[in-house]
Amino acid sequence: MVKSQRSQNLPRVVITGVGLTSPNGNSLAEYRQNLLQGVSGVVPYEIRHFGPTVAGVCEYEATRYQKRKALRRGTRAGSIAIYCANEALRDAGLAMADLDPSRVGVYVGTTEHGNVETEQQIHEVSQYDFDLSFWSHHHNPRTVANNPAGEVTLNLGITGPHYAIGGACAGGNLGLIQGVQMLQLGQVDFALAGGVSESIHTFGIFASFKSEGALGEHEDPARVSRPFDADRNGIVVSEGGCLYALERLEDAQARGARIYGEVIGYHVNSDATDFVLPNPERQNECMRAAIAHADLAPEDIHLVSTHATSTPLGDVQECQAVREVFGDSPTTYVNNTKSFIGHTMGAAGAIELAGNLPTFEDGWVHPTINVENLDPACELRGLVLNEPKRVERVDHVLNLSFGMLGINSAVVVGRFRA
Amino acid sequence: MTKEDIVLAIKDIIATIAPDEETGGLTMTEPLRDQIELDSMDFLDIVMELRKRYGVVVPEEDYGELATLQSCADYLAPHMADKELKIGV
Repeated sequence: MVKSQRSQNLPRVVITGVGLTSPNGNSLAEYRQNLLQGVSGVVPYEIRHFGPTVAGVCEYEATRYQKRKALRRGTRAGSIAIYCANEALRDAGLAMADLDPSRVGVYVGTTEHGNVETEQQIHEVSQYDFDLSFWSHHHNPRTVANNPAGEVTLNLGITGPHYAIGGACAGGNLGLIQGVQMLQLGQVDFALAGGVSESIHTFGIFASFKSEGALGEHEDPARVSRPFDADRNGIVVSEGGCLYALERLEDAQARGARIYGEVIGYHVNSDATDFVLPNPERQNECMRAAIAHADLAPEDIHLVSTHATSTPLGDVQECQAVREVFGDSPTTYVNNTKSFIGHTMGAAGAIELAGNLPTFEDGWVHPTINVENLDPACELRGLVLNEPKRVERVDHVLNLSFGMLGINSAVVVGRFRA
Repeated sequence: MTKEDIVLAIKDIIATIAPDEETGGLTMTEPLRDQIELDSMDFLDIVMELRKRYGVVVPEEDYGELATLQSCADYLAPHMADKELKIGV
């Protein structure tokens, strides 16, 4: 039986800053605007060995917070994490000088890390007849799982804990949850938490999805990712990142911080059924447990941000789970972000939640786009299709992220109430 | 390659691995690490680039010979006499 967060008298944790880079925006404001205006971030893309395809590509200003040497030494995931961390701090109205660096934690969710560097090194040594004396001394520090989080600490001089949360495509939610937990335990006083992905720079991820029959195709790049559409045929691989500035409520209030929302509940569970195929029954349990943890009922959830990746089977199974939990709720709307930006993998949970946070203020629910023919198996009450919808009030958002090996995560963020 | 060419080659390698640094004003005799921000991983980068660009293998016991531009030129001259300068690789 899930005990609600409130009943356990745990410290309340709020979001006071958002730093992100998405294929369709390098700040929350730009990203949100594009989500409301139907602007995709998926573009033609080509990668070694695989050839032409499409991807969600980020075009943030990498040298805003890093010297060129640091960019060369580090990884793309590290660079994305550094950009997001600095942006989150700035958005929270803070500089490192305002914080005790030993009391700051960095928790970065990833789907995978190290494939990009490993492929690059194999390519390098292949130019030298596989003489491993040409293998880079940078390989190990670039490929350790904590690389993206560790690069953030090096960049900002943070001496508190940093580590990766490996949770496949649930990683972004898991990073956020870890940050909340460490604040509640008093391990840190400030957390930078979320997820990142550099996945578009590894040909292996494209090739593997292709081999699974799960890589999306369409003549128009912007329409490849089309969850819930009858003709959807697979995933768009994307890069991106989103880190949140998290604080305990009392600390945020003491400094008069702007509060985006409160993380009022969450849950994580495992399918224990298949390496790849999702399990709607476990997804259902995960959602219900997160809602119970938030001390709410399904009808109190006004917006469900789905995980749906535009695969034929996965979308149907998620819709089945969502329908079973929310089917009778007249106050629950449902949307999807991957239709705009593809699948940002380890960043997905964090980045998709971010795009929905402004709904507490502006009352608009961004749609899921590219649905020309709604798949009857994906019909859901409250599904917001193709055009944004002005709704009466959104008080609670449920953010879903699922991943391979059967990991499910659900986070409930509430409109802040003192 | 002359010793002057070797100095150009080293400066070009440094410009690649430490792109934020200005290499024009480097002196011949002061240790490179006293003039610009170079750590041990950067020195390994210099060794790797010498291997990749010129096929010159610097054994670990000789790393100290790469401390200054002058010592680089002196040490590398016999190994690079028959090599061609490659700039901006």
